[in-house]
Amino acid sequence: MDKLEYERVIEMKKVSAPRGNFNGTSAKETETFFERMHSKNRVLPSLKDAIIKSGLKDGMTISFHHHFRNGDHIINYVMDVIAEMGIKDLTIAASSLTDIHAPLIEHIKNGVVTHIETSGLRGELADAISHGLMESPITFRSHGGRAAAIESGELHIDVAFLGAPSCDPYGNANGYSRDDDNATMCGSLGYARLDAMYADTTIILTDHLVRFPNAPFAIPESNVDYVVFVDSIGDPKGLMSGATRYTKNPKELLIAKTAADVIEASGYFYDGFSMQMGSGGASLATARFIREKMEAKNIHCRFALGGITGQIVEMHEAGLIDRILDVQSFDLIAANSLKNNRYHIQINASYYASYLNRGAAVNQLDFVILSALEIDTEFNVNVLTGSDGVIRGAIGGHPDTAEGASMSVVVCPLTRGRIPTVVKKVNTVVTPGRVVDVVVTDQGIAVNPNRPDLYKKFQDAGLPLFTIEQLEERAERIVGTPEPIKYKDRIVGVVLYRDNTVIDTIHQVDDDE
Amino acid sequence: MQLIKNGICGTMESSDIMIRIEPRDNGGIEIQLSSSVMQQFGKQIEKVIRETLTDLDVVNAFVKADDKGALDCTIRARVNTAAYRAAESTDYVWRTKE
Amino acid sequence: MKQLRRSMLFVPGNNPGMVRDAYIYGSDSIMFDLEDSVSINEKDSARFLVYQALSSLRYGKKERVVRINDLTTGLGIKDLEAIVRAKPDVIRLPKTETAQDVIDCEREIARIESEAGIEVGSTHMMAAIESARGVLNAYDIAVSSKRLIGIALGAEDYVTDLKTTRSDGTELFFARNMILNAARAAGIDAIDTVYSDINNEEGFIAEVRLIKKLGFDGKSVINPRQIPPLHKEFMPSEKDLQKAKAILAAIAEANAKGSGVASLKGKMIDKPVVIRAERLLELAQLAYSMPVEEI
Repeated sequence: MDKLEYERVIEMKKVSAPRGNFNGTSAKETETFFERMHSKNRVLPSLKDAIIKSGLKDGMTISFHHHFRNGDHIINYVMDVIAEMGIKDLTIAASSLTDIHAPLIEHIKNGVVTHIETSGLRGELADAISHGLMESPITFRSHGGRAAAIESGELHIDVAFLGAPSCDPYGNANGYSRDDDNATMCGSLGYARLDAMYADTTIILTDHLVRFPNAPFAIPESNVDYVVFVDSIGDPKGLMSGATRYTKNPKELLIAKTAADVIEASGYFYDGFSMQMGSGGASLATARFIREKMEAKNIHCRFALGGITGQIVEMHEAGLIDRILDVQSFDLIAANSLKNNRYHIQINASYYASYLNRGAAVNQLDFVILSALEIDTEFNVNVLTGSDGVIRGAIGGHPDTAEGASMSVVVCPLTRGRIPTVVKKVNTVVTPGRVVDVVVTDQGIAVNPNRPDLYKKFQDAGLPLFTIEQLEERAERIVGTPEPIKYKDRIVGVVLYRDNTVIDTIHQVDDDE
Repeated sequence: MQLIKNGICGTMESSDIMIRIEPRDNGGIEIQLSSSVMQQFGKQIEKVIRETLTDLDVVNAFVKADDKGALDCTIRARVNTAAYRAAESTDYVWRTKE
Repeated sequence: MKQLRRSMLFVPGNNPGMVRDAYIYGSDSIMFDLEDSVSINEKDSARFLVYQALSSLRYGKKERVVRINDLTTGLGIKDLEAIVRAKPDVIRLPKTETAQDVIDCEREIARIESEAGIEVGSTHMMAAIESARGVLNAYDIAVSSKRLIGIALGAEDYVTDLKTTRSDGTELFFARNMILNAARAAGIDAIDTVYSDINNEEGFIAEVRLIKKLGFDGKSVINPRQIPPLHKEFMPSEKDLQKAKAILAAIAEANAKGSGVASLKGKMIDKPVVIRAERLLELAQLAYSMPVEEI
C-alpha cells in the first residue's frame, strides 16, 4: 500500500482500525508441535509459582468446585500452600464443601480464611462454624444463585483453583480422559466450567497430563491461565464411588413407590416428559418405580437433568430417556456414560439453574424429586440445618429446581428415629413453601393448598391424602414435642434464595448449660 | 422395689435405648444420659426414666442411659425390664390399658 | 365389616425400630412375636416392649396379633398376664396340637380379662398348627373356642416334625388342605405360613398363587416388601370383577321380574355362583375402599 492510501483508510467512516497500520511480524517459531508442547506451554513447575503469577493478595476471593465430593484433595492442598506463603484474609467461594474439608478450621483460626461462600457445609467444619468459629457469617447460595452471582459480578472471583482429572499443557481440562481408561474420573465439570469463564485467573490442577488437544474438554484453554501438575487430585474411592445402589430399606421403598404413583397421577407423566431426580435413597428408588411405569405405558422421557446417577444412565441406554443434561456426575457409571454416550452431555451451572437465564434447564422440568431435613406446615423446606440447629447439609439446586419445575415433590420419612421431619416451623428456610407442591412421606401425602389441580388428581387416583397439619400432628404424637433449640445472638450463616436475596439467617447454637 | 444387682436392658440399635441400673444406698435417682437427640428430647427422656422408676418404688439408683432415638414407650419398657432384672424379681405388675 | 387378613406382618417383639414402624407398611394384620424370634434371655424385654407398644402406640385399623410363648414353658402365662391387659385384638397360640391346648389358653385369658375388668371374650384367639398331630386335629382345634378367628400353618416346625425339609410345597400339601378344610368347616379363616426367601419375589408370588387357589384367606409375611405383591394377587382381576357384577345384576333383574331363575349368557346362575360373586365383590370393596386412615 502507498502512503496516500494509508491516510485515506484512517479517515474512512465505519472502517475500524484503531491500532494503526501493519508494522511487520515477529519471526516464526519453527520447532515442531511436539517440541513446542513440551517447552512453551502453560504448565508451571509448582502451585506456588502459579499463585505468585496469579497475583493473589490478602483479601482476595478464590474459588473451588466440588466435583470430587468427599475424595477431594485440592482445597486442602491449595490452602496449605497459600497459608505457607503467608497470604491472609481470603474469601473462599466454593461451589460446596464436605466432611473432608475439616482442615479449613485451622486456616480459619490462623486468619488465612476470613469468609466463606458455599452451597453447603458438613462434618467438623460445619459443627465448628455453628458453634461460632468465624467472625463473618457464611454466605449460603444455591447452585443457580452462585452461577447468577458470578455472571452478574456480585461474586467476583480473583483466582479459581480447579482440579481436573485430565488436562493438556495448554489448559484444556476435562472430567475424564480419552487417552487413558484407567485414570481417575469425575465426569461432569459443570460448576468448574463457569468459574473458569469468569475468574480473573484460572489455575488447573491435574494429576494426569495428556497431549494437546485434550478434546472433548469441559474447560477450554482460552479460559485457563496456568496448569499445575499435582500427585493426586483426589482419593478415587471418594471421587469415583461405584454405582449408587438401589436401597432395600422398606421404608424408603414405600416412600418411593408412593412418589411414583403421585407422579403418574399428576398429569406430568406423558410421552416426552422431563425430570430431575435427587440422589438420596428414596429418590433413587423412585426412579426405579417410574421406570416400571414408563415401560408399562410405553412412555419416554425427553430429558433427565441433574445430578446424574447410574440409574438414569441405565434408563437412557435402555432407550427410555432421550437426553441427559449433566451438571454433576454422582457415580462412576454416570461418569463413564458422559464419556461414551453422545447424548449425555455436560452443562455449566448457569445453563443449569441461573435465575438470570430464562431458558435455564431447571425451567424446562416437568417435575423434580427433592429431599428435606425438615418441612413445615407452610411447606417451607430446610436442607441445611439439623433439628439441633447445627449446619449439616447443602442447598444444592433445591430452590432452583423447586421453583423451575412445574411440580416439585419432596420425599422424606415422617420421622427419622425420634426426629420429626414434618414440623410446625423449620429451623432454616431454604426453599420457600410457595414453590413446594407435594410432600410424600411413608405415612401419607400432603399437597400445597395453592395446587388444587394436583389435589384433585391425586384424590381421583385414590392416593392417601392428608393435610400437612395432620402429618405434623402425627409426627408429634409419635415422637413427642421437642425442646426448642437455644441460639445465641450471633449470626453464623446468611441463607440466600436463588435470586440472591436474603431468605433466612442461621444463628450460633447455644449448648452451654 | 429393692435393687440387688446391676440390671441391663436394651441395645445400641436405632430407636432403642440401653439402660444400665446400678443399685445404691442413697442419693436418689441419678441419671447419666447420652442421646442422639439430647438437645431436643434430653429432658423428656430423663423425665420418663425417673417416672418409671418412681412407679416401681425405686428410690435410689444410678442409671446410665445410651439413647438412639427411643420413643417414650420403649424407654419405659427398657427401664422396667432393667429394674426387675436388677431386683431379681418377676413380680410384674401390669396396668390395664384404658 | 369383615376383617381382611390377606397379610400378617411378622414383627420380632424385642426390636423397637420394627415395632414402631410396623404400622406404615399397609398389612392387614401385625403380629408381634414373643416366641421364636426372641432369644430366651430377652423374653422379659420383649414382653415389656410389646406391652408398652400396644398400650401407647396407634396402629390404625390394623389387626394387632401377639404370638405368646407356649403355655407349657411357663413363659406363656407371664406373656398373657401382660399382653391381655394391653388389649391386643388376637392372641396367637403357637404349636397347637389339641383342642385342649386352646381351651387351657382360653381359660387363662378369661381369668385375666375378668381380673382386669375387661369384657370377657373380647380378646380373640388364633391357633398356629405346627406339627403332624396338630394337623390331624385341625378341625377339633378350629371348633374348640368361640374366640378363634382363624388357624394358621407354621411350616418350619411342621416339616421338621415330618422328617423332611421345605422344598417346592409338596411337603405342605396335606397340611395346607387339612387346615383349610378345618377352617372352612368351622367358619373361620385359614392363614398360610411365611415364605422365608425374601429376595425371591417370583417364588413368593408362585406360592401366593397356589394358596389363593386352594382357598386360603391370607399369608404371614416376614418382610414389608412382600406385602404389595401379596395384596395384588389377592385382588380380584378386573375381568372377574366385571363378571361378578354382571351375575349380581342378572339376579337383581330376575328378582325384579319376579322370576325365581336367573341366567347369564345362556347359563343358569345357581346359588354357589351367586355366593362366590358376592364374596368377590365384598373382597374388592373391602380392599379398595380401605379408608385412608386417620390415626
